[in-house]
Amino acid sequence: MSDTGIGARMVRKEDHRFITGKGRYTDDINLQGQTYAHFVRSPHAHAKIKKIDVKKAEKAPGVHAVLTGDDVAADGIGGLICGWMIHSKDGTPMKAGGHPVLAQGKVRYVGDHVAVVVADTLAQAQAAAELVNVSYEELKSVVETGKAQKRGAPRIHDVAPGNRIYDWAIGDEAATNKAFEAAAHVTQLDITNNRLVPNPMEPRVALGSYDTGEDHFTLYTTSQNPHVARLVISAFIGVAPEHKLRVVAPDVGGGFGSKIFIYAEEVVCLWASKRIGGRPVKWTSDRSEAFLCDAHGRDHVTHAELALDVKGKILGLRVKTVANLGAYMSTFSSSVPTYLYATLLSGQYNIANIYAEVDAVYTNTAPVDAYRGAGRPEATYVVERLVETAAREMEIDPAELRRRNFVTEFPHQTPVIMCYDAGDYNASLKAAMKMADYKSFSVRRAATEAKGKLRGIGFSNYIEACGIAPSAAVGSLGAGVGLWESAEVRVNPVGTVEVLTGSHSHGQGHETTFAQLVSDRLGIDADQVAIVHGDTDKVQFGMGTYGSRSGAVGMTAISKALDKIEAKATKVAAHVMEASEKDVEFKNGTFSVKGTDKKMAFGEVALQAYVAHKFDSNEVEPGLKEGAFHDPSNFTFPAGCHICEVEVDPETGVTEIANWVAVDDFGTVINPMIVEGQVHGGIAQGVGQALTEGCVYDPDSGQLVTGSFMDYCMPRADDLPSFDLGFTKTECPSNPLGLKGCGEAGAIAAPAALINAITDAIGVKDVPMPATPQAVWNAIQSNAAKQAAE
Amino acid sequence: MPNVSMKVNGKDVSGEVEGRTLLVQFLREHLNLTGTHVGCDTSQCGACVVHVDGKAIKSCTALAAACDGAVVITIEGLAKDGNLHPMQEAFREHHGLQCGFCTPGMIMAGVDIAKRRGKKLTEATIRSELDGNICRCTGYHNIVKAIQAGAAKM
Ligand code: FES
Ligand code: FES
Repeated sequence: MSDTGIGARMVRKEDHRFITGKGRYTDDINLQGQTYAHFVRSPHAHAKIKKIDVKKAEKAPGVHAVLTGDDVAADGIGGLICGWMIHSKDGTPMKAGGHPVLAQGKVRYVGDHVAVVVADTLAQAQAAAELVNVSYEELKSVVETGKAQKRGAPRIHDVAPGNRIYDWAIGDEAATNKAFEAAAHVTQLDITNNRLVPNPMEPRVALGSYDTGEDHFTLYTTSQNPHVARLVISAFIGVAPEHKLRVVAPDVGGGFGSKIFIYAEEVVCLWASKRIGGRPVKWTSDRSEAFLCDAHGRDHVTHAELALDVKGKILGLRVKTVANLGAYMSTFSSSVPTYLYATLLSGQYNIANIYAEVDAVYTNTAPVDAYRGAGRPEATYVVERLVETAAREMEIDPAELRRRNFVTEFPHQTPVIMCYDAGDYNASLKAAMKMADYKSFSVRRAATEAKGKLRGIGFSNYIEACGIAPSAAVGSLGAGVGLWESAEVRVNPVGTVEVLTGSHSHGQGHETTFAQLVSDRLGIDADQVAIVHGDTDKVQFGMGTYGSRSGAVGMTAISKALDKIEAKATKVAAHVMEASEKDVEFKNGTFSVKGTDKKMAFGEVALQAYVAHKFDSNEVEPGLKEGAFHDPSNFTFPAGCHICEVEVDPETGVTEIANWVAVDDFGTVINPMIVEGQVHGGIAQGVGQALTEGCVYDPDSGQLVTGSFMDYCMPRADDLPSFDLGFTKTECPSNPLGLKGCGEAGAIAAPAALINAITDAIGVKDVPMPATPQAVWNAIQSNAAKQAAE
Repeated sequence: MPNVSMKVNGKDVSGEVEGRTLLVQFLREHLNLTGTHVGCDTSQCGACVVHVDGKAIKSCTALAAACDGAVVITIEGLAKDGNLHPMQEAFREHHGLQCGFCTPGMIMAGVDIAKRRGKKLTEATIRSELDGNICRCTGYHNIVKAIQAGAAKM
């Protein structure tokens, strides 16, 4: 292993600009003549718009335009789309209501986009927005997931009676019911997977610019996938054809899913720039707007049942989930509670019978879409809470119950589509138990109890499907796009390399890890490699970064392009060294002719490829540049075991995390330092979900109650411990590097581990997330009351 | 409109600002020092931390006019003569950043913590001192390590 090759703990190439304040985020970009957009947003959860009077606002100082839904319609600007078709059990397609970029006659959640004011300064735009007079007729609203389908709930979209978007199912219902009939024990849980606000630290920004001379648009935006944004804004929304639209996503300050989607603001800024004659239009979200309008995550209400035989062998799993998709269907929202959720309900276990039903509903809340893990944290939470609860009810050690049910042979076809290709779940469990010193838990528990506190331990043996995704497979399930990735490797005449990738880095460190791959393959230092991404004018096409796909899919595309580079360079080297191609070997950056002392460094071959003096250009084309598209043949299946230990103060309900062990199998690891960082961050988000974060709408008014960092509790440094990480490894067979992906694991595993630990500590069956001191204290009190009554 | 003058990163600067202009706006929009970030509107996240007269403050919560005559150091002014500050080095060395958005504020806060609490910082001290800075990416694990190491080298 070289200092900069695969497996090296190399410090990040991109860090210098970030630690010196020279990062270039979208809001740092300002264009000549730029104007500012401010959105008029709905103060109501649900209302008819009777009239919008913009006259006063239009006359306010500095104002260039006040635009409403009527202007959008007049210009033929289409609505936002949901790109994954789901069919209900009866075969009918999902009921997607319109999603206009500026409201058309109705608003459906607090923060919905009603109008936009464009002015010379932001202060002028804000002041003029106050003068836009909107008359509303308020309607009844519904914000609660469990109430959306109830009789009397207001209908949010005409196309969706009962607010039901789809009722979808997977698995064999009859066989699963039979398994339950044969069960010796059935464990049941009612689980709420709390709504979360993603909150990447950089708020969203859109800067749209129309060039009147060229009839060409440019959008600078905080996107995880600029090419997909361009595709949707062109082909579906119709602002401009693709060759007339450039989308640039420069440094992006975190995404976690929320920056995958195409939002109203970016479309409006682009379109408004043309409307005002070509001056650029910039919108920078403040945090309050981010809370209102960024797509939220999770928000499931689930009833789940696990059937077991006497020995604790799992016979069946039955799940009924209602998923809240908010007021409109965001870009990938429909896929999250279906194919990204129910297909992972087998967990790490051999379960012959699974049946899951999912109802997706509209409510008067912000749209809900993929957030770190997207469906897989919800699945893991269901499975791992059930398994742990079953173990307690059956008085079997929770590790032992898991062991009895682990999948141990691969490939393993689950009853819910996924076919697990490789893994060793016993290995990660064993390693984690050793690191957590599981044997001595009772000693630690006694010590904690001696202090008057309670101690608990919880497991979470998660599995996820990453490397998203085989295009034909997802196409057959309703995806509107292919999910391959592209790469282009350009070798310069001096032997330095540029890699153009369709992946997008917004914290993942691609500039380092991708360079490590090239360094490894070409035997050059990672310093000699530049990674180019995030600009549709530079990179031809790409699907972006989410679903832990940039390693398994993005790097495999680079690897394929490197194969071609190597083949071409070998050809050139053979000509130059006057040898037969099959006698030329490439190793550690040097081409040599077998059995001779002839050799050439990679850089020399590159130069020869460009000067083209030593070969016949009819036989070998000059230059050294190759591209590749990679479409994966399967998902990848990272898995592992997290063990969390907590101390709970029964007087206050305060939970303190005493220890956190995570052992993950991500297959090959390119840069352990970066991978560990991904795990740390993922766990922190999972702990946030389980302990501190919960997005709350007022059930009566539909107002967002948790609309700022004062009310929505982001995990801070003193809410978290340091984490103890370990790795096991089974290589992923479906890509040449053996990569599985690591970006979401922590967020997927953590909530179940933590709630399993808390419920163990306080001796209750369930505690709702977030397990705030109040929630834990209430659980302790009601448990005590119940026991007293018995 | 009030005229403000200050010394920012060793340079004398001045400009006309509105009474309501925040220090962070003055830095980003007037001086083009975009290393200082805005992550919230409730003074909670610390992405905007800079040093004013030797103390760490949230530049989103100070008026530019109120900083007239002040000595201001931002993330751009931390490195001296092309040499990174030990706290900057430590963040890179210990992978204390991912997306980098919270990083300028974290580094400026880290320097301030070390100045106030000394070179030998415990994990618990750092975690409690960071209560005004939010990071969504790192889970703080490596930020804590970086501040510990950076402080030791200051
Ligand atoms: S911008 Fe969040 S505290 Fe200043
Ligand atoms: S590194 Fe992204 S918010 Fe801290």
